[in-house]
Amino acid sequence: MIIDVKQVRKSFAGTEVLRGVDLAVDKGEAVVVIGASGSGKSTLLRTINNLESIDGGKIWVDGVPVHEPHSAHLVHRHVGMVFQQFNLFPHLTALKNVTLALRRVKKLRTPEAEELGMAALQRVGLGEKAKSYPSQLSGGQQQRIAIGRAIAMEPAVMLFDEATSALDPELVGEVTRVMRQLAEEGMTMLVVTHEMGFARETADRVVFVDGGVVVEDAPPEQIFTHPQHARTQRFLQRTLAG
Amino acid sequence: MNLDALWESRRLFELGFLFTLRLTVITVVTSTVLGLLVALVRISRVPVLSQLMRVYLEVFRGSPLLIQILFVYFGAAFLSTSGGLSVLTAVTIALTLYQGAYISEVFRAGFESVPPGQREAARALGMSRFAIMVDVITPQTFTVVLAPLFGQYISLVKSTALASVIGYADLVRQAQGIIDRIGSPFLVYSVVALLYFVISFPMSLGARYFETRTSRRGPVTA
Repeated sequence: MIIDVKQVRKSFAGTEVLRGVDLAVDKGEAVVVIGASGSGKSTLLRTINNLESIDGGKIWVDGVPVHEPHSAHLVHRHVGMVFQQFNLFPHLTALKNVTLALRRVKKLRTPEAEELGMAALQRVGLGEKAKSYPSQLSGGQQQRIAIGRAIAMEPAVMLFDEATSALDPELVGEVTRVMRQLAEEGMTMLVVTHEMGFARETADRVVFVDGGVVVEDAPPEQIFTHPQHARTQRFLQRTLAG
Repeated sequence: MNLDALWESRRLFELGFLFTLRLTVITVVTSTVLGLLVALVRISRVPVLSQLMRVYLEVFRGSPLLIQILFVYFGAAFLSTSGGLSVLTAVTIALTLYQGAYISEVFRAGFESVPPGQREAARALGMSRFAIMVDVITPQTFTVVLAPLFGQYISLVKSTALASVIGYADLVRQAQGIIDRIGSPFLVYSVVALLYFVISFPMSLGARYFETRTSRRGPVTA
């Protein structure tokens, strides 16, 4: 098991956003988390990567106890994260975006880092954009660079936090294609998304989160055709009716 | 006209100019370093120390520089048994504290202009706080910080003129001496103003250069 979340609780200013979440992700699995805005799904992802501390429960990621304050920061070496707003470093070229952490965190020399960086850019299909700055790239290209930046670190698991929500509709496809390709290559992935098509076609399991708890956790066929819970049914009706 | 007498006094103008320039160069460096440190303490929200920096800021921005210079110079003389501080040291301390307060706000605005997602993305990559500051945050503040920083340096040049009140032999002090000997205050102060301009104009050019560079690049989008 790469990710093991047990009874995790998290409040912001007195409002409990996560009310005892349980979630497990096995090696090689692609798990998609769906749910309405404010359901707590992004917060869940952020607690797994220690970007938010938790108020209760336990989180293990690739053997790292994220709930222990002194070891929580170690999780970053095991997890890659892709954000809704890309968060590329605007002052660095695409290649330098990818190689910065290779040099500063993995302490690689520049030639080795650039070799790995170019390989990562080629995996996301943007080898020819190595020298471009983020402002010279489309949103879809920026997000693919951000994916390359994360996978270059060879994480045990990748987290995607609404990676396509900030994109123009015509740019969503190129990003989900890269994500699907990663899943097919066996990358362990936990994906928060509103793209139901992606969930249906790529996920090994779909997790429906509502009101700060996991309501339903099942293979996509079951979630989308025979949801067990009334809350899941209502959410899917609203969402798929669009 | 007293142009001959003025020309005869060129050595005194030169001395005053060099003293003003020296004080400017020293305090540009010291107040920038102080301002940067204060800004770093404030944005990292170190308990107690952050609040102390806030008090420092309010005190030194909220009182006249002239009083601060007198306070440091005569305060040190009063407290010390060995005669207090030299004029240059006293005026450097006062100017550094005063300008450092303004400059720290320039840096703080720069640091806070970097979207929080930048720090998060760097943390998610496993970068240390130090590496995040050096490689991610600071380079992104340059475009925001440089123009107002040079603007503050212009104000610094002009504020050095107050050093003359405790006897620092800068342009103002020398001008007073020259006027005592040859008269013609209008002419003498015109030369002094011109010499201040010689120091501050390059800074003004710097401020303008960085302003246009920022606007040409446009806002940095993440």
